[in-house]
Amino acid sequence: MYDAPLTRREAAVDDVKISARDVQVFYGDNHAIKDVDVDIQDKTVTAFIGPSGCGKSTFLRCLNRMNDTIDICRVEGRITIDGDDIYDKRVDPVQLRAKVGMVFQKPNPFPKSIYDNVAYGPKIHGMAKNKAELDEIVERALRRGAIWDEVKDRLHAPGTGLSGGQQQRLCIARAVATEPEVLLMDEPCSALDPIATAQVEELIDELRQTYSVVIVTHSMQQAARVSQKTAFFHLGHLVEFGETGQIFTNPEDKRTESYITGRIG
Amino acid sequence: MSDASLAPAASPRARRSLMETDAHTAKRNAAEKRFRLYGVAAICAGLFFLVVLLTSILGNGLSAFQQTFITTQVFLDPAKLDKAGNRDPDDIRKVSTFGYTPLIQNAVFEEVTSRNIETPLDSAKDMKALISASAAAQVRDFVIANPDRIGETVEFRILAASRVDGYLKDRVFREDVARDKNIDAEHLDLTDALVSAGVIAKQFNTSFIFGSDASESRAESAGLGVSMLGSFFMMLVVLVLALPIGVAASIYLEEFAPQNRFTDLIEVNISNLAAVPSIVFGILGLAVFIQFAHLPQSAPIVGGLVLTLMTLPTIIISTRASLKSVPPSIRDAALGVGASKMQAVFHHVLPLAMPGILTGTIIGLAQALGETAPLLLIGMVGYIATNYPDGFVSGFMDPNSAMPAQIYEWAKRADPAYYERAWGGIIILLVFLLTMNLIAILLRRRFERRW
Repeated sequence: MYDAPLTRREAAVDDVKISARDVQVFYGDNHAIKDVDVDIQDKTVTAFIGPSGCGKSTFLRCLNRMNDTIDICRVEGRITIDGDDIYDKRVDPVQLRAKVGMVFQKPNPFPKSIYDNVAYGPKIHGMAKNKAELDEIVERALRRGAIWDEVKDRLHAPGTGLSGGQQQRLCIARAVATEPEVLLMDEPCSALDPIATAQVEELIDELRQTYSVVIVTHSMQQAARVSQKTAFFHLGHLVEFGETGQIFTNPEDKRTESYITGRIG
Repeated sequence: MSDASLAPAASPRARRSLMETDAHTAKRNAAEKRFRLYGVAAICAGLFFLVVLLTSILGNGLSAFQQTFITTQVFLDPAKLDKAGNRDPDDIRKVSTFGYTPLIQNAVFEEVTSRNIETPLDSAKDMKALISASAAAQVRDFVIANPDRIGETVEFRILAASRVDGYLKDRVFREDVARDKNIDAEHLDLTDALVSAGVIAKQFNTSFIFGSDASESRAESAGLGVSMLGSFFMMLVVLVLALPIGVAASIYLEEFAPQNRFTDLIEVNISNLAAVPSIVFGILGLAVFIQFAHLPQSAPIVGGLVLTLMTLPTIIISTRASLKSVPPSIRDAALGVGASKMQAVFHHVLPLAMPGILTGTIIGLAQALGETAPLLLIGMVGYIATNYPDGFVSGFMDPNSAMPAQIYEWAKRADPAYYERAWGGIIILLVFLLTMNLIAILLRRRFERRW
């Protein structure tokens, strides 16, 4: 991915995984997200960029209904995953979150062993019949999180004892352990140093083979490096959405151009 | 940001060397130094009072753990104790303590005469002032338990009378005995002689720790044991009710309840309840549990229920505080992998909050253990003549006292012999409280995890 020129970068597949139509989000009286329409494709990295407070994280948290935990938050409009409306009454947010995994801004491993961190999701979803299967799932997840080699000898050491970058990759491993179809990442590298960031970015690119990845980032360079599609949010509006190459080289909207060139934000 | 601010502006303050302190800095440093001094002074004052408290408690109370005993050979006269001669327990029981008193007096008189101690007291009856009124009961209990020993001479360690005990502990003085109808100078002389003969001696007083309370005239046999059991049964009620109710209420309020006016109101009221004087809970318990629900008076179950009401706010407040201190990122992480709200709380949040919850609970229990005022109103303070409850149910339902109530009761009594017992009771109570605090600290250490 690092070699492909920006202009020639395109999404590989054209299946729409998540589709949002006319989404409004309110925090009490505050209208945080206004009329957002977006189609997120499968096996693609979609980046949400925009200045602080523009609503990109809020929108991301709508996609797995993490906003449900905030009492005053209200979501209107229609968000579908594979055609199912996720805000339908029949949808259990717990099942949805197993399907749409999430990685948070600050690495937040459970204060348990590395093994237990990864095994927790599969355990509560009943994915393993016995210890051997669980071991296998944990190893697969840790390998996919590109951290297996570093932790395989100390699976029962506390997850909180790892370095920041390792913790974040552990969190990614934990998120992929439940075999989700979509992976949401809320500024996954903002607490990491450049080397750890590079490792996580590389990992994100690998994850694209299997998942639809949505990443919120403050760093435009990161968006340009890892994503195929980019959405630019500003003051609660989705200003522009398109191929990453096009957004960064030839934005249609004046505001996008100003943000990318550093004049606002 | 304008470029102008980047240019080195001319400093309004005159250039001076770093080696000289300016007036402003000197003032600030002085203020800091003063503040440190205040702190050290405050801590010293606190330590001073702690030392005063501890020395006065130990100084006054340690003597309660020693009691004066008379070691003597009592002849269990079959002619008096078992007139029928068939060792029938029912017949033996018919002989009251009055039947035993002469035997004990004879035995003590025998100790005096056999040692050729010179004393104007020349009859067995004169020994009465030396012997505790509970000695007869002690011998009688022994005989009822071992009827086959009747006819033998058995060595007993009987309690000396309270005045004799007081004389050995420098509480009763020769100058004062003229005004004391319970003892006189001759008996004190005899006591001195028996002490040097080794018949009368101070020994460790187990019955002070494990025994039951005694009537006002028998200070020497009063103990804290039964009221300790009363406290134990009350704490059991508090633990069984307050911990689950308190923890469940706080988990619901903190993690599940919607934030609205109603829950705000509940929150404010819980905080207010924590500050309600405990006597108010006492009168509430009197009205609700005794007058309305007709639970027995003076019973540990009522005391436990009242103390539960009193402890609940403490437990709820500390539990909520420790739930709040669990970082929200842990909840997000659990929800993010598809845990339900309840799984997130019980698998992740609760274990992390556990040390705080346990500490709060134990502190609440310790507070309840030391509480006296509400017990006044439900009849647990006063001379409650009870022996050990025979079983769990009677432990909850039979009249009993509690440790602090017993101490209060002793402190109130006229006989100065109860004074040292009140202080001694405080030592035992403090040992319990310190132990509970120690357990709280150990549990916190044990369960503490970092994140």
